[in-house]
Amino acid sequence: MADEFILETHGLTKEFAGFFAVRDVALKVRRGSIHALIGPNGAGKTTCFNLLTKFLQPSAGQILYKGKDITAMAPADVARLGLVRSFQISAVFPHLTALENVRVALQRQHGSSFDFWRSKSVLDRFNGRARELLNDVGLNEFSDTPAVEMPYGRKRALEIATTLALDPEMMLLDEPMAGMSHEDIEKIATLIKRISAKYTILMVEHNLSVVADLSDIITVLTRGQVLAEGNYSELSRDERVKEAYLGAGHG
Amino acid sequence: MSAMTDDTLPVTPRAMRDEMLVFAAMAVLLGLVPLTDIYPFFVMQALCFALLACAFNLLIGYGGLLSFGHAMFLGTAGYCSAHALKVWGFTPELGILVGVAASGALSVVTGYISIRRQGIYFSMITLALSQLLYFIYLQAPFTHGEDGIQGIPQGYLFGIFNLAQPIVLYYVVLAGFLGGFLLIFRAINSPFGEVLKAIRENEPRAVSLGYKTDQYKLLAFILSGTIAGFAGSLKVFVAQNASLTDVHWTMSGEIVLMTLVGGLGTVFGPVVGAFVIIAMQHNLAGFGQWVLVIQGVIFVACVLTFRRGIVGEIGHYLKRSL
Repeated sequence: MADEFILETHGLTKEFAGFFAVRDVALKVRRGSIHALIGPNGAGKTTCFNLLTKFLQPSAGQILYKGKDITAMAPADVARLGLVRSFQISAVFPHLTALENVRVALQRQHGSSFDFWRSKSVLDRFNGRARELLNDVGLNEFSDTPAVEMPYGRKRALEIATTLALDPEMMLLDEPMAGMSHEDIEKIATLIKRISAKYTILMVEHNLSVVADLSDIITVLTRGQVLAEGNYSELSRDERVKEAYLGAGHG
Repeated sequence: MSAMTDDTLPVTPRAMRDEMLVFAAMAVLLGLVPLTDIYPFFVMQALCFALLACAFNLLIGYGGLLSFGHAMFLGTAGYCSAHALKVWGFTPELGILVGVAASGALSVVTGYISIRRQGIYFSMITLALSQLLYFIYLQAPFTHGEDGIQGIPQGYLFGIFNLAQPIVLYYVVLAGFLGGFLLIFRAINSPFGEVLKAIRENEPRAVSLGYKTDQYKLLAFILSGTIAGFAGSLKVFVAQNASLTDVHWTMSGEIVLMTLVGGLGTVFGPVVGAFVIIAMQHNLAGFGQWVLVIQGVIFVACVLTFRRGIVGEIGHYLKRSL
C-alpha cells in the first residue's frame, strides 16, 4: 500500500484548548495525483496543512509519508525527505533576487551552507540550474529582480520554482491562487498541471473552478472532520457538501 | 510598495566591488592617521568599538537578532586578557587568545540558551545573561570589583612589536580591526551569509526549504560574540585596564546606538556610528552627565529622521549597498 499512497494520516487530531480544529482525519494521497482539500472557512484546512508539514504538532494521530512515520519529526527534516510546502502568503525572500531565492534552495542540498569563510562565488555553480528552474516557470527576465519588486503572480511562480529546486516528491500548496488576478490564476494553474506529471500535489484552495479543473480527488472538510471525498462531479451532486458550503454563508 | 522598492538594494557583483573600494579607502585613511594631528588614542578606542559594533551588526543586520547583552563579550574578553597579561604574565598574543577563547566559549553557552527565543524574548534573555555576568564580575576577586584590573603591561607582540609605543600599538590595533572587519565581511558574503539572510527575510520559508535555522543562528551568534571578544581584548592594550563599565548594560545599549546611528545592516555603518558616538563622548566630556541626554536626543532624532542610519541614507541616495 505504501507504494500507492505517498501520504497517509490516521486519526489526525489537533486540539487548541478544548477546541478541535482537526478531528480524527484520515487522509490518503495517491502518488502522482493532485489532491485538493476544500471546505468552508474555519473547516481546519490550514491547520491540517500545518500538521502535515509539522509546523504544528498533532494532539493525536499518525502521519505516514512513504510508509514512514513522520509524526514526531521536525519541519526541516520533513522537508529533507522531499515533502515541501508553500505558504498562504507568498513565501519568498523579498530582498534577494529571483535567482538568489532559487539558489538558497539549491544550496541546501549540496552542503557547505555553514561555510562562513568561503566566498559566496562558490554558489555561482548553482546559477545554471537556478536559471533553468526560473525559465521553467517563465521568470527568465526576472532573474536579477529582487523578489519584492515582482508582481504578485510572479512571486507565486518564484515560490514554486524555489520549491521545485529541492527536487521534492510531494508538494503541499496552501491556497496557491489566493489574491491572484484572473490571468495569473490561469498561468499558475497551467504550471501546476504541468508539474503534476512529476510530483504529487496536495493543495488547499478556495477557488472551486480551479479545484474542478485541476484535482483528481477532493477531500471536503467541515468543522475539522472529513465530510466527503471524491472527484468534482461526484461531490457537486453531494447534498451534504452543498449544505456545508451554503450553511457557512458561501453562495 | 514604492517605499519598499526603494529600500531594495540587491547584492550584485558591482555592490561587492563598491564595498571593496570603500574598504580600501577606509584602510588607507586609517593608516594615515598617525601622520595627522588626530589623537591616536581616540582613534584606537573608536576602532575597538567599531569592530564591536560590526560584530553586533552581523547578528542583527544579517541574522535579525537584537542582542542586548553584547557588552558581556567585550567585558569577558577584556577581563580574561587583562588577567592573563597581568597575573599570569602571558605574552600579548596569548593574552588576546585567552580573551577570545573565553568570549567564544561564553557565546556558545549564551547562544545555546538565547537562540531558542525570538524577537524581544531573545533580547531580554541576552540582557538577563549579561546582567548575571555583571554581578559575577562585581563579586569575583580576580576582577577587583569597582577598581577593575589596572596597569596592564602591554609587552611585545610576537616578541617584536613594542606595544608600549603608541605608533606601534596603533598599527597593531588597526590591523586587528581590519582583520576582524574582513572576517565579518566575508561571513556576510559567504554561502553561510546567504542562508542567514534568507532566514532573516523569511524564517518559516527557510525551514520549509529544509534549513535547521537554529543552527545557523547559533553559528552567527558565536561568530558575533567571539569577534566582539576580540575587540574587547584589543581594547585592553589601548585602555590598559579592564573595568565594570565594559560589562554594564549601558555598554550594550551604546553598541546598539552606534549601529543604529551608522546604519543597521550596512557593512560600514557600524564603523561610522562608532566613530560618531566615541567622538561625541570625547568632545562633549565637559558636559558631564549631560552627554547621556545628548546621546538620547541624537538617538531619537536618528530614529525619527534618518532611520537607515548615516551610511544607510548615503547608500540609499547613491542607490548602492554600502
